Amino acid sequence: MINESQKLNPKLFDTDVEKVPIRNGFGEGLLQAGVEDERVVGLCADLTESTKMLAFAEKFPKRYIEIGVAEQNLAATASGVAAVGKIPFLSSYAVFSPGRNWEQIRTTICYNNRNVKIVGSHAGVSVGPDGGSHQALEDIAIMRALPRMRVVVPADSIEARKVTLAAAKNDGPIYIRLAREKTPVVTTVDSPFEFGKANLLWNSEKPQVGIIACGPLVYNSLVAAKSLEAEGIQVLVLNLHTIKPLDIDAVVAVAKKAGRVVTCEEHQVVGGMGSAVAEVFAQNYPVPMEFIGVKDQFGQSGKPEELIEHYGMGVKSIMEAVKRVVSR
Amino acid sequence: MPHLHDNKIEKLEEKANMIRESIIEMLVEAGSGHTAGPLGMADVFAAFYFHILKHDPKNSSWPERDRLVMSNGHICPVLYATMAHAGYFPLDELKTLRKFGSRLQGHPHREYMPWLENSSGPLGLGLAQAVGMALGLRVDGKESSGQYVYAFLSDGEQECGLTWEAAMLAGKNKLHNLIALIDRNNIQIDGFTEDVMPLEPLADKWRAFNWHVLEIDGHDFEEIVSAVEEAKAIFEKPTVIILHNIPGKGVSFAEKHFEWHGKPPNKEEGKIALDELRTLGGKIISEHQ
Repeated sequence: MINESQKLNPKLFDTDVEKVPIRNGFGEGLLQAGVEDERVVGLCADLTESTKMLAFAEKFPKRYIEIGVAEQNLAATASGVAAVGKIPFLSSYAVFSPGRNWEQIRTTICYNNRNVKIVGSHAGVSVGPDGGSHQALEDIAIMRALPRMRVVVPADSIEARKVTLAAAKNDGPIYIRLAREKTPVVTTVDSPFEFGKANLLWNSEKPQVGIIACGPLVYNSLVAAKSLEAEGIQVLVLNLHTIKPLDIDAVVAVAKKAGRVVTCEEHQVVGGMGSAVAEVFAQNYPVPMEFIGVKDQFGQSGKPEELIEHYGMGVKSIMEAVKRVVSR
Repeated sequence: MPHLHDNKIEKLEEKANMIRESIIEMLVEAGSGHTAGPLGMADVFAAFYFHILKHDPKNSSWPERDRLVMSNGHICPVLYATMAHAGYFPLDELKTLRKFGSRLQGHPHREYMPWLENSSGPLGLGLAQAVGMALGLRVDGKESSGQYVYAFLSDGEQECGLTWEAAMLAGKNKLHNLIALIDRNNIQIDGFTEDVMPLEPLADKWRAFNWHVLEIDGHDFEEIVSAVEEAKAIFEKPTVIILHNIPGKGVSFAEKHFEWHGKPPNKEEGKIALDELRTLGGKIISEHQ
């Protein structure tokens, strides 16, 4: 059942649940962060509108730097901006940043320990018709491998706003992963959010499986949990928005209570959030696991929902993975 | 920055020679590292740290300081030697270069040396960081405060795409508080730059990116100081100073040979080099002889 303490959207399971692009929350959060702290600076590589930096750029033109189509320069310039005491947020599509500019992020931001926030939008296959070239499925893996980098994947636009405001106040490099498509709003402004603390959204008396999810698949996981409950299978759903540093206590608690785990992410299974969770379990509390995610392949053009289904990340696939892990 | 007088030039020459001696001693002790680039830039480093740069070794985080971003971290022996001679850390520490536990990493790391403006090593990253600093100072309205950002670049890294992305951004923003200096010594690891990847016409390339371009002898202190003064008088554009340098300058067997880009002198070669430096090429008698 819904964990009441999380104050989730009461219309969560309605057919007309409100849907908002997760990236919108970043745009609102950045604007607010800019009002609260004049050190906040925005940098973008020719994608101001679609990465939702436009409102900030219009309100604070002196604090906005247009870089053009040059993502390596986006990262290295932001490092220099941070070096003189600013709090730069840089945004692009995740395929290009942190995809194209990984080494610039490694050397000029992480190795230098600069206070830079990297915002990768349009992550996952749900980018849709743009096709596989534009669907970042490796960004969590390449970011979480970097020392000092912290990695956050908000589940909806409201959480993305909170993440953005928290990032402005947390010194050091942070990667924020956003999705393009309209995503059901799971949380509310009153939902608790703490950087680095996972949230248990769905609780059960005697859970057989713990579902650990991040990003837009948190919604799919909750819908799956409700349907599974109707079939007599009790689960837990943990929103693991912060993948690094990983909330070890929260994920181990899920494993201890449920004994089996399914991870759900719109990312390659190789190196992603599920891998990070598996590293924790292997060292602390080994349990059988199934991994929902893209299986070592590239995406393609299509409608977001049909791509999510095709690559095995829909509600049905999550329910099947739960049943598979129960039978092991 | 006062103009140079003859006795000041002599003092800078002395400093540059001491820096070169330290470079040779460090490299012999380390057993690995780069020789030609550091020797070739010793005069420029002496001119900056002992005349041009607004800095305070005793208060390295002074907010009003100039920012010196070294992009080509592999020539760090000249940076370390110069900073030690300027009083940032003890001269004795130079012999720990490239050793386990040393602050003097093979390529500079500001985590261990917080007075460095940036870590560096992977080529092509420096100009963009310097552009970011110049832009960041502009956000605070400080671009005309007399505080400058200097980017020290190698000629080899003119082959990196990011150098030109950053050049374009600086040109667009008319960053007159940014001055880049290119160590045009014509060598890189695989050979002469014009064989590996021709850079000429280099000055024209920078002009095309909306920079003010100066070309000077990088071993002439008057030219170095005058060029920086001219750069500061240009308000419409960022300035790049192309330093025509002799790689290995001051040590005859290393001069102009690309083979000395990435290797250190052995003990015997080190002794020959030090004798040459201490006698100013046989012009004076060294007390060490």
